[in-house]
Amino acid sequence: MPKSAQEIIVSNEFRQLVKKRWSVSIVLLILLFVIYYGYILLIAYAKPFLAIKIGEYTTLGIPIGVAVIVLAWLLTVGYVYWANASYDPDVQKLKDQM
Amino acid sequence: MNPAATTSIGTPTGSGVFFFILIVVVTLGITYWAAKRTKTTKEFYAAGRSVSAVQNGFALAGDYMSAASFLGIAGLVSLKGYDGMIYATGWLVGWPALMLLIAEPLRNLGKYTFADVVAFRLRQTPVRIAAAIGGVITVLTYTIAQMVGSGNLIKLLFGIPYEWAEIIVGAVMLAYVLFGGMIATTWVQIIKAVLLLFGVTLLTLLVLGKFNFSPGELYTAIAKQYGQATLEPGVLVSSPLEAISLGLALMFGLLGLPHILMRFYTVPDAKAARTSVLYATGFIGYFYCIIPIVGFGAAALVGRDLITKIDKGGNMAAPLVAEFLGGTPFLGFISAVAFATILAVVAGLTLAGASALSHDIYVSVVKKGSATEKEQVKVAKVATLIFGVFAVLLGIVFKGQNVAFMVGLTFSIACSANFPALFLSIVWKKFTTMGAVWSILVGTFLSLTMIILSPTVWVDVFKNKEAIIGLKNPAIVSMTAAFVVGYVVSILTADTEVEKKYVGQNVRNYLGVGAE
Repeated sequence: MPKSAQEIIVSNEFRQLVKKRWSVSIVLLILLFVIYYGYILLIAYAKPFLAIKIGEYTTLGIPIGVAVIVLAWLLTVGYVYWANASYDPDVQKLKDQM
Repeated sequence: MNPAATTSIGTPTGSGVFFFILIVVVTLGITYWAAKRTKTTKEFYAAGRSVSAVQNGFALAGDYMSAASFLGIAGLVSLKGYDGMIYATGWLVGWPALMLLIAEPLRNLGKYTFADVVAFRLRQTPVRIAAAIGGVITVLTYTIAQMVGSGNLIKLLFGIPYEWAEIIVGAVMLAYVLFGGMIATTWVQIIKAVLLLFGVTLLTLLVLGKFNFSPGELYTAIAKQYGQATLEPGVLVSSPLEAISLGLALMFGLLGLPHILMRFYTVPDAKAARTSVLYATGFIGYFYCIIPIVGFGAAALVGRDLITKIDKGGNMAAPLVAEFLGGTPFLGFISAVAFATILAVVAGLTLAGASALSHDIYVSVVKKGSATEKEQVKVAKVATLIFGVFAVLLGIVFKGQNVAFMVGLTFSIACSANFPALFLSIVWKKFTTMGAVWSILVGTFLSLTMIILSPTVWVDVFKNKEAIIGLKNPAIVSMTAAFVVGYVVSILTADTEVEKKYVGQNVRNYLGVGAE
């Protein structure tokens, strides 16, 4: 028996789906804040740390700056991986009931 | 290393003219092809929703990476060193947030503009008008910044008078949008992104080639010439509050840029929307990772003296090092790439401005959604023409003005006016029409007022001695205010009818059922 939109939306599975979607988003968003603002706060309060030499002249700040960009990109990889592996199949299951 | 003593920047060279004409001819050829496929509004605004995730990834990158981020960041790194790198990271961090919060709901709920999403279950007329105000102001301020910047850059690169540069950019860009709509604009943005990524990669490899492909040797040369401090954070983050406010504007401003948001309607479904951000973030991140090497290379090989002699702001650092490493032909190529960069961004902005005027105001408010398909396409083209001519005129009016604050203004309004209303309409059941309207209006005018009273305008533009508001970037105040106002007004004007419609919205939002 196909379910109506109203029945789907009050179902436990749908609530779980929405909850999971935003939990994943918020966790990754918090990571993004930690990465970016962590970097900004290092610049503001720990300049000598970023000025540490890791080569003859190269400073630690350079790889850390690059790491901020790479980590930010990895967050998008993480979300797409989760959505493809978990969210999309769950959506399909709910759609099949309609 | 012998710094280059002379340069042919500012004079039209054979290779420069050749690449310039090649890009214009190829893109106009694509426009001709696209024009035959642009008959309906869906094709005009959204490329028939047939753009693949990879294509949209390139096009998003092409829409976002402006001449300011290509020439400006290379210049900033060449003159200020490490501070330029800090600046570059800020331009990337909005992209993951865009994917996590907005991309999929936007694709599932909207049709052509972000106002479609905000107005999904609210009263059309007031919400459309408010969203168009926020959207058009955002697009206009960004267009002014782009047009003034492009006039100056084209004058520097090719020696063409400023006014002519504005008219050429306006005419070519209008040809794309007017005849080829979103299909032509998408392909222009893809070509530009590929050219830009290729050009900067080549430039990076040539720079590193001079230092035995070892970044360490490049940094050694920099430290010996300009001192170790060049490789350390300098003065950019002097006030943490200011840096946090700027960070918020850069991060959430992206989530309120109408020309970026519009691109998500060009892909077939939410999955493609999400994947396209993954590609775009990769391309843009890669670009911001390697562009500092070009800047450092310019400082080491060309020298800061020559860079600042040609342009005080350092904007010619990348073209200069291109000329040093690859001679006039490479300079010609890089200059033409910069020109293509400008065209792609301005075309995207024009399409977004036109869609707000025609789809949100004319079709949804004036015609109450009853316009025929033919009429809608016609109005879209008229709006494009009006917006394009306006862009050229504004570019000329603002000639010689200090418009550096305009980019900051764009991101502040985008994150305060457009983003809070868009986000609340997606996630909050109790959001109401008046909540949306007041959130948008407060976000727009608070950020506008605060920027005018801040040091960037009150002191730098109006030449007053002291600013009335000390904060340069208002985002931390204006974005918070927009959320608070949206919340409080919605609570005061609770509407159960609107709440009921949230069921239909959610089925479409989370499951994609009924999405366009």
